[in-house]
Amino acid sequence: MQKFLARRAVSSAISLVLLVIAVFFLSRLTGDPTDLYLPVDASAEARENFRQIHGLNDPLYVQFGHYMLDLVQLDFGDSIRRARPALEVVTEAFVWTLQLAAITMVGVTFAAIVLGSLAAFRVGGLFDRVATFFSLIGASAPDFWIAIVAIVVFAVGFGWLPTSGTGTVWHWILPVSVLFIRPFGLILQVVRGSMITALSSAYVKTARAKGVAPRATIFVHALRNAMLPVITVIGDQAAGMLNGAVVVETIFGFPGVGKLMIDSILQRDFAVVLASIMVTAFAIFLMNILIDLAYGALDPRIRY
Amino acid sequence: MSEPLLDVRNLSVTFHTARGPVQAVKNVSWSINKGEVLAILGESGSGKSVSASAVMDLIDCPPGEITSGEIYYRGKDLLTMDRLERRHINGKKIAMIFQDPLSHLNPVYKVGWQIEETMVIHGTARAEARTATIALLDRVGIPEPAQAAQKYPHQFSGGQRQRLMIAMALALRPDVLIADEPTTALDVTVQAQILALLEELQRETGMALLIITHDLGVVAEIADRVVVMNAGEIVEQGTAAEVYANPQHAYTKRLIGAAPGKGAIHDNPLGTEPVLRLENVSKNYAAFQALKGVDLVLHEGETLAIVGESGSGKSTTARLLLQLEAASGGRAIYQGRDLFTLSPKELYKMRRDIQMVFQDPTQSLNPRMTVYQLISEAWQIHPDILPRAQWRDRVALLLEQVGLTAEHMHRHPHQFSGGQRQRIAIARALALEPRIIVCDEAVSALDVQVQAQVIELLDRLKDEFGLSYIFIAHDLPVVRDFADRVVVMQAGRIVEQGTTRQIFEAPREAYTQGLLAASLDPDPQIQARRREARLAQETV
Amino acid sequence: MTMAEQRILSPAKPEAGRLRTALKLLWADKPATVAAVFLLVIVLCAVFGPMLLEQVSSRQNLRGRNAPPFDLAKGWLLILGGDQLGRPLLARIVVAASNTMAIAAGAVLASMLIGSALGLCAGYSRGRAGDLIPRLADVIMSFPSLLLAVIVLYMLEPSVGNIILVLAITRIPVYLRTTRAEVLEVRERMFVQAALVMGASTPRIIFRHIMPMILPTILTIATLDFAFVMLAESSLSFLGIGIQPPEVTWGLMVAQGRPYLTTAWWLSFWPGLVIILTTLSLNLLSNWMRIALDPTQRWRLEMGGRKNV
Repeated sequence: MQKFLARRAVSSAISLVLLVIAVFFLSRLTGDPTDLYLPVDASAEARENFRQIHGLNDPLYVQFGHYMLDLVQLDFGDSIRRARPALEVVTEAFVWTLQLAAITMVGVTFAAIVLGSLAAFRVGGLFDRVATFFSLIGASAPDFWIAIVAIVVFAVGFGWLPTSGTGTVWHWILPVSVLFIRPFGLILQVVRGSMITALSSAYVKTARAKGVAPRATIFVHALRNAMLPVITVIGDQAAGMLNGAVVVETIFGFPGVGKLMIDSILQRDFAVVLASIMVTAFAIFLMNILIDLAYGALDPRIRY
Repeated sequence: MSEPLLDVRNLSVTFHTARGPVQAVKNVSWSINKGEVLAILGESGSGKSVSASAVMDLIDCPPGEITSGEIYYRGKDLLTMDRLERRHINGKKIAMIFQDPLSHLNPVYKVGWQIEETMVIHGTARAEARTATIALLDRVGIPEPAQAAQKYPHQFSGGQRQRLMIAMALALRPDVLIADEPTTALDVTVQAQILALLEELQRETGMALLIITHDLGVVAEIADRVVVMNAGEIVEQGTAAEVYANPQHAYTKRLIGAAPGKGAIHDNPLGTEPVLRLENVSKNYAAFQALKGVDLVLHEGETLAIVGESGSGKSTTARLLLQLEAASGGRAIYQGRDLFTLSPKELYKMRRDIQMVFQDPTQSLNPRMTVYQLISEAWQIHPDILPRAQWRDRVALLLEQVGLTAEHMHRHPHQFSGGQRQRIAIARALALEPRIIVCDEAVSALDVQVQAQVIELLDRLKDEFGLSYIFIAHDLPVVRDFADRVVVMQAGRIVEQGTTRQIFEAPREAYTQGLLAASLDPDPQIQARRREARLAQETV
Repeated sequence: MTMAEQRILSPAKPEAGRLRTALKLLWADKPATVAAVFLLVIVLCAVFGPMLLEQVSSRQNLRGRNAPPFDLAKGWLLILGGDQLGRPLLARIVVAASNTMAIAAGAVLASMLIGSALGLCAGYSRGRAGDLIPRLADVIMSFPSLLLAVIVLYMLEPSVGNIILVLAITRIPVYLRTTRAEVLEVRERMFVQAALVMGASTPRIIFRHIMPMILPTILTIATLDFAFVMLAESSLSFLGIGIQPPEVTWGLMVAQGRPYLTTAWWLSFWPGLVIILTTLSLNLLSNWMRIALDPTQRWRLEMGGRKNV
């Protein structure tokens, strides 16, 4: 197990280093922050001064060297725009994203598993058809469109919910609901497919011959066997959300890490971009470990 | 006679399929009494398992439909009962075990829990069930039952898994135990142990035992009465001894006639010209030694059988010989060259001479190719054998030689029966005009009658084409009818070899003797004698 | 008794024409049939739309500014309403189909070809490639795809070609992993071993025996992925880093309509609806393919309406 963890950590670290290098150099190609932060008529001296402060005068590889040295001491640099430590900015945003992702994924997982299992129990039945239809629509829906339609209907039309921002419980309802739809559709499909296979398996036949009640057959005997592919999809979806639900965060003015990342690129706030990449990558790494542990817990044949 | 315990009357079941409804069983009636062992005997597709599935409420409707009949258990019709009531009977009064216990045990739960569950759902307290489970595991012969209960199915051997299934089925001492091909995938010695266990438990509890099987030997060993089924109908029933000694129906007669192990032993003068020689061949998978130095010789025109149980290394030998895997050591001398050290180009040439027929023709024929494509692929790969203009005629000829017709050329494998598919596979092997054909369990997946036909075909082709066979099998009676010489393998080693007559009539090694003793004879009287001898030995 | 055994009992029928069989199987699944017809219409729009309606769709018309839908008084082209410059939405949607489809098709095709080729190598080779190629998939997967897209499109010009490039790269791992897993499984099948025993060369094994077996899976995934790529492109365009005006895609149309949401909802609504219907159709078709191309599941379709006997 320890060996496995170490191997995972090393391979994730390699990916992360590659990512940091790529983003570091690519992002500087997007332009010089000086043009963005100083007025057009700023003096050459002021420009020089700005570059000096933010270490933009050195050759790129020297800048990279400095960055990596600081990084080893867990110094992620400062945000140019906010004049605060980048890590602080990112952590704040990430906490919002984490809450959003956690609430949504817990709901999605529970709903998709229960409904998907029931749909698989009577393939082709009325419930199955209705569930399949709605999950397909959910999986097909562009979230930005759902978001603006939801705003038009619930926020503008009925005036029940706030259009954007954070603060009250009401502010969470629209973002969570919009984020909910696609993963719900996708995961329900996987649950259904996996459960159909599990329910037609030989050990379910044994359970029926033993006199096990249908509900226990579904949720005790079949479900645990059907969970492996489901967990994989849940992991993919959760990883996507931890990277920031950019579209939803943008539309609802939600101060999450996805919006922060995009804004920072547009603002050439390189330290924030890199810090947010590393924070989310670390979170995804932890989540993947959890998922691997879940595999092991669900299926005794898997050993690390 | 009092009312039977379980009484199936005029049962008809239809399955609705793509090509219209298929009647799986027609007007099937049988019954079983307390303390009785009934066997339902039939080949694949005979519908032998359908009535048992109906008893256990395992037929999915749709696509299945029970169109007529009643199933009385203690005088009450199961088919008109509500679902809940049937659930109380399943597992508690009527229990079932299946072929392939690995897939029938839930892989993600501990076996102890799975056995307990049977008791708990029918009202036993969890703690009580736990103690009972350990006692049951002990009773069915699982060593260290307390620890075993904490393990998962994949941690047991095939035979042990079937013991676990039996423990689970017998947890509540049911009135009826249905065993669907309970020993089919097991080695002969394990099969004998499982059957002995079932017999013992049946005597001990007085339950009725219904065995569904394709194997006359199993019927002979265990059954009091037998129901013979063919194409969804019962053709004959009676006591096992009576039906074997005096079969009434033509089908039963054919079935008994086809049972292997009754024909004349080949006493051909032994060939002296060796075509292939294995010297000290070994194969390791990491630390595991699958083959530990095998020496054998195949003579010109000979059928050499390699027999052994699973894990003996017999299939590994074949795979090494055909270079599907690389050997870890040793040599295989063919025409003065070591096959294991050939260059890819030389290997390609050699492939023409050594061909293989696989166990399951459903899997060894590419499902997307027609028969013509399957056979002519040989000449696409080796274009110098035959000019393209003659392919069609040669395919037609080969098909006729294996007992099919030229019209079959444009069909796909799934349009044939199992036996026909194996004929296609044989035709494909012959297309390369080989000198040696390795048959890896080539008839094991086939029904007895088809098995006999394919064996006959192989025997005829051997003379026509001047072939030598390496015939790998676990089924001793088939080997007895077909082989000239036999090699017995165990755990990666050859334990004994000799002519078929030597091996079957005067085996020297204890292992060979054990194998022969465990293999079942289709004659109930012979089995009864063996059983008495065995019981006498046990009581001594 | 299994289905396979029953098939043997029934007399063998000569093989009907493949297209006819496929159409029959499609007809058995009514939602998939509707989906296929809808997709056909979209493809026709994409191919012929720009030719026929390019002029109409870019002609500005001040009287038709934010014209409401279902008003035939201004001509049938304005049936779905007009946009902020009075251009007919219907014509614009038809013309936008071209870019939208081209991007999605290009990205899917490129990622499918590259991904499955790499997957084949990774699955079939027992050497280093077999270990290294899957690592590549892991690395790509660990990149936040939207971020990658933003950076690349910010640096390079957000043209159709570049968008295809970015989307294709992010989707390669899907095909790579699936193909590799399938090849690893098919490679061990008996008929592949049988071909090896006959002396078949590696290309023959791959193209004659392995490819036909995994192609259905890849096509099914590609259909599904087409929907995914379309949504991704729409999101990029919506965020303003995808395709740039005067070029147009459905996603961009939704974005352009956003400022007028409260006054003219139809500007964003119709293109969004077309996106949903197209992705839904692709999903339905992919589901149908999964069943129709799997010999063990096909009976569900062949049974057709009789399934609830």
